[in-house]
Order: sequence, then C-alpha cells, then structure tokens
Amino acid sequence: MWQAARLVATFDPDLVEITALSLRVSLGATVIASLIGLPLGAWLAVNRFPARRFVIAILNALMGLPPVVVGLMVYMLFSRSGPFGVLGLLFTPTAMVIAQVIIITPIIASVAHQAIRELWADYHDLLISLQATRLQRIKTLLWDGRRALMTASLAGFGRAIGEVGAIMIVGGNIDHATRVLTTAIALETGKGEFDMALALGFVLIGLAILVNLGLHFISRTERGARW
Amino acid sequence: MTLTGVSVRRRGRSILGPLDASLNGGGLSILMGPNGAGKTTLLRALHGLERVSTGDIHWTDPKDAEGRNQGFVFQTPVLMRRSVLDCIAYPLQLDGVKRAEAREQARARANEVGLNVNLDQAVMFLSGGEKQKMALARALMRRPRILFLDEPCANLDGRSVKEIEEILLRIKDGGTRILMSTHDLGQARRLADSVLFLHAGKLVEQAIGDDFFRAPQTAEAKAYLKGEILL
Ligand SMILES: Nc1ncnc2c1ncn2[C@@H]1O[C@H](COP(=O)(O)OP(=O)(O)OP(=O)(O)O)[C@@H](O)[C@H]1O
Ligand SMILES: [Mg+2]
Repeated sequence: MWQAARLVATFDPDLVEITALSLRVSLGATVIASLIGLPLGAWLAVNRFPARRFVIAILNALMGLPPVVVGLMVYMLFSRSGPFGVLGLLFTPTAMVIAQVIIITPIIASVAHQAIRELWADYHDLLISLQATRLQRIKTLLWDGRRALMTASLAGFGRAIGEVGAIMIVGGNIDHATRVLTTAIALETGKGEFDMALALGFVLIGLAILVNLGLHFISRTERGARW
Repeated sequence: MTLTGVSVRRRGRSILGPLDASLNGGGLSILMGPNGAGKTTLLRALHGLERVSTGDIHWTDPKDAEGRNQGFVFQTPVLMRRSVLDCIAYPLQLDGVKRAEAREQARARANEVGLNVNLDQAVMFLSGGEKQKMALARALMRRPRILFLDEPCANLDGRSVKEIEEILLRIKDGGTRILMSTHDLGQARRLADSVLFLHAGKLVEQAIGDDFFRAPQTAEAKAYLKGEILL
C-alpha cells in the first residue's frame, strides 16, 4: 500500500509513461468520437428522414456491443490477413484509438441526441417563428446545449479510460508501446506485483474521480443556471 | 389580409375552417371563443407555423407576409436556456446585430414592458407573468409590422395587464397591426377594434368591437358573452 503510494508520489517513470499513453489514447478517441458523435446526435435530433429510426436502432445496438467483441472485430480487420492488414496498425496505439472510437461514439451520439432533441422540442416554434436559418438553428441548439454535449463527451472519456477488453486485444499490452493503465493493472496483478497494480489503480481512480467531478460541476452550473 | 377557404386538418380531423375572412386596415383584432375553438391554430396558421390544408392566406401588402416582419407571442412562453436579457436580445442576434448592441436594445424593451427584474438571471427563474413579459419584449425586438399574441395576459395580475394593454395600444398607434386571442372579456372590450368569434373551428361572427359587445348576432356569441357554457 505504502509502496504503491510512493510509486505515485515519486512519479515512477514506468507509471508516468503508462498514464501518459492511457491519456493520449483515450483523449484522442474522445476527441474523434465527439467530432463524429456530437454532430450525428444533433443531426438525428433535428432532421426527419426515412432512415432515422434505423440509424438510431443501430446506435443503440452498437452501444450494447461488448468491448471484447469490438476488439475482436478490429483485430480481424487489421490483422495481417484482414482487409486493412497492409496498414500494419495492429498492436499500435492507433488501433487502440480506433477500437475505443467504435465503443464510445454511440454513447456520445446517443446522449447528445437525447439532449438536443429535448432542446429542439422546446425551441422549435420560436426558431421557426424568428425565421432562423438551418445553420442558425443548429448553432443555437449546440450552444444552448453545450453543457449536455460536454457531459456526453465526458461520459465517453470515462468509458474509454476504464476500458480493458478491446485495447488488450488490439493493442497487445506491449511494454513501452501499447501498455495502458487498465491492461497494465491486469498484467501486474497476474504477476503478483500488487504494489505496481495498486499504484496504477490509484491513478485510474483519480482520473475517474476527475471525470465525475467534471460531470458534477457541469450539472451544477446547469441547475444553478449560471450562464 | 384575406383568407379564402382556409382549413387546417390534423390526424384526419378538421380542427379549423373552412374559413373565409378579411381583415383590413390597421388596429387591433381580438380572437375570442371557448377552449379548443381554434384560436391558437388560426394565429399559428396566419404566422406560417401551421401548415394550411386547403385555402389561401393573402396579405395585401407583401411586406406583411414576410415572417421577419411578424412577431409572435406564444400561449406558453418559449424559454431559452439563457439569461433574461440574452433571451430578449436573441432575435437581433439572429439579424447579426452585435451582442452588446442587441443587449442594450433588449434592456430598453424589458423596461418598456415593465419587466423590472434582474435581467442577468436565468429566464427559467422568472415568475409566470414575468416570463410572458419577457416573451412580449422579445417579440417587439424587430419592431414587427404584424404582432400576433396568443393569450398574452393569461397569468398576469391587474397591474401587469394594464401595463401590457397600454403597451399594445401604444404600438398599435405606432402602426403595428395586432391580432390577439384572449379569454378576458373585459380586456376584449377595452382593446378590440374588431372581433373574430370562433367556435368549433368555425368563424361564427366577425364584427366591429363595439357592435359585437353591444349586439352580438349569433346565438353562440350571445351565449358566450353572457358567460354561458358553449358545447
Ligand atoms: N397538432 C394537433 N393535432 C391534433 N389536434 C390538434 C392539434 N393542434 C390542435 N388540435 C386540436 O384543435 C383544436 C383547436 O385547438 P386550439 O389550440 O387552436 O384551440 P384554442 O382556441 O387556442 O383553445 P384555448 O383557448 O384552450 O387555447 C383543439 O380541439 C385541439 O385539440
Ligand atoms: Mg389557444
């Protein structure tokens, strides 16, 4: 326990490296997934088109997909004999980002969709009455819904940083290359290196707490209506 | 403005019309009629918010037909997740007016409608009546040529009603054509230059304000004015 705390407090080089990679992969995945998921969610909320229900059903199905299965799919796509094998991305951080994007995009899109749909229902008559252009409508909804959208991204990040199944498969947990917090914990625990496992666990818990503080702060400013 | 054979159908049911009417000149017209008569539907159809199933709405002056020359105060105020001032300023911001300038004008409109609250608080914290004043101030921002009001005084106390009525008379004198629905007979008497009486989606009676209250022509209007319950 003390040993673990010491590892964290002294910024053990291995620990720092692993944490940095974790953040890079999960933040990268969150940014990409947000760029896809937020506009997709907003678009689904505002536009009526025949395939809308179908797209929403797919999003919901993807949301329920176990990460291990996503890992398996990405593995098969990027393995040497797979369709994208020539890219040589398997067992690289890029492959891990791709897997995480697939896992969290549906979550982000669906939270954003829900929020923007509510806002659109509230604003619809006013925006039509004021002859807001399509672009102005989207801008207004995104701006006034920004807290909900941040919540969506943060929820996606929280899911990504704690995810282990998919990145274990596509990253391979290679030392100094694709080892991140969750996969390292699994490994160190397996080896009986509880000090290191616990130290990694502290960092992960710290990040999870930060995410939740962020969510809490957003919802408090929302309710306190300080804008 | 002339309406010919205007009707609105929803879910296979006719909820308004067919309806013929013409409203000419300036002034303030009051829409009356029991709940569900079609007042809201008619106002929304005139403003282009409700798809008209048959018939035609013709504006004598094409400028009046433009949505941006029309203001609409909804029966339930639409609250944006913004401060009171930013809510009121919003129409001008859509027009590309700078935020500071739009807010300055919004402050003036808020004053004008007697909205004397902290304008920097969130609009959802306002009382029901204050929200309605906010909506009126917002609808006035573009200085509309036509102003539609759907029961704008429904939750207001006597003093606020008086304030709003004075504002409406003032902007009417400024040349704005006003169409407004109300359940308040006293208010209708005070304000109406003309009256449109609706019942079950039909225009039952249209008359000069004074004539309507002195000598209503139809049984429905007579009963309504006497406070009887219309079925
Ligand atoms: N979208 C809709 N679909 C089906 N029916 C509708 C729709 N909108 C309105 N109606 C019906 O049309 C009728 C007229 O409604 P409207 O809101 O115009 O009445 P109103 O005169 O404004 O009543 P109130 O005094 O209660 O505001 C009502 O019977 C209502 O149920
Ligand atoms: Mg109504």
